[in-house]
Amino acid sequence: MADRRVVLVTGAREGIGRALAEHYLAAGDAVVGMSRQGSDLVAPGYRHVCADVTREAEVKEALAQVRRDFGGLDVLVNNAGIAAMNHALLTPMDTVERILSTNVAGTFLLCREGAKLMQRRRFGRIVNFGSVALPLKLEGEAIYAASKAAVVALTQILARELAEYGITVNAVAPTPVRTRLIANVPPEKIERLIARQAIPRFGEIRDITNVVDFFLRPESDFITGQVICLGGVS
Amino acid sequence: MTPPTEQETFRLVCLAIDELNGELPPERRLEKSPETPLFGRDGRLDSLGLVRLIVAVEQVVEDEVSVSVTLADEKALSQRSSPFRTAGALTAYVRERIEERLRGG
Repeated sequence: MADRRVVLVTGAREGIGRALAEHYLAAGDAVVGMSRQGSDLVAPGYRHVCADVTREAEVKEALAQVRRDFGGLDVLVNNAGIAAMNHALLTPMDTVERILSTNVAGTFLLCREGAKLMQRRRFGRIVNFGSVALPLKLEGEAIYAASKAAVVALTQILARELAEYGITVNAVAPTPVRTRLIANVPPEKIERLIARQAIPRFGEIRDITNVVDFFLRPESDFITGQVICLGGVS
Repeated sequence: MTPPTEQETFRLVCLAIDELNGELPPERRLEKSPETPLFGRDGRLDSLGLVRLIVAVEQVVEDEVSVSVTLADEKALSQRSSPFRTAGALTAYVRERIEERLRGG
């Protein structure tokens, strides 16, 4: 690993991704934020690339730029994701396709292209995003939870495929955090969900950065294919 | 943009081989010849070595020709005669993919 880590965060324009980008900038890392639209985050060590995680050509070009500008990649945080809360009988197919495309195909594409950069240095840390919607079997989140089940499968299998290159692949599964992702979910549903957690409170950004930091530690090189759920959900 | 000639494309493949050889013990290094068997029967590479070489070629092509190609796709994997069997076959395949991309494919 280089002295200064190169960290790529997807979905970095707002919410958890933005907070993660700021967190790793504060830690002294070189941070590349990716999102479909531009960002107003301006800071030494920060670079924003506009790319849609579902578009192969855009992702490949963005990663080629990271390679040209930084010479490699140490950390990939696959935070980009979308959700839609709807009864299964009322879920349109375009919603299904959008969610699967962003959450599953997007995560895979970034893992694939990110790992190509990481394997050169025989080091890498990939952190994907699961969700407690999966273990809690949340009604109204069938497709979202299914997409996160796929992310868990990707995490576990890529962990095996990439271990040989010194790359670990893990996932954090957050509880609801006050971001735009849950803005349209009725408050009483969120309250019911939180009540099912062992520790019934909203998740905070620091809960997520704490787990991601743990996966990124040099000492965590024997930890791969793991999913850590927050809030005591299992 | 004009696609690279076969000779130029072979030079790109050789750059990738150089990169891979840098990581291999002397007895496993690849000779830079079109006849060098890569993968499959008599192939010198295991599957991980092939992955390393393909990624290295993709990156060299990006650097030298400013074109982004994906070499391991269904087209490559479904060809009866694998484009990864020898360095020469790989060269022809890389050139074909670059041409496709330059035509807007």
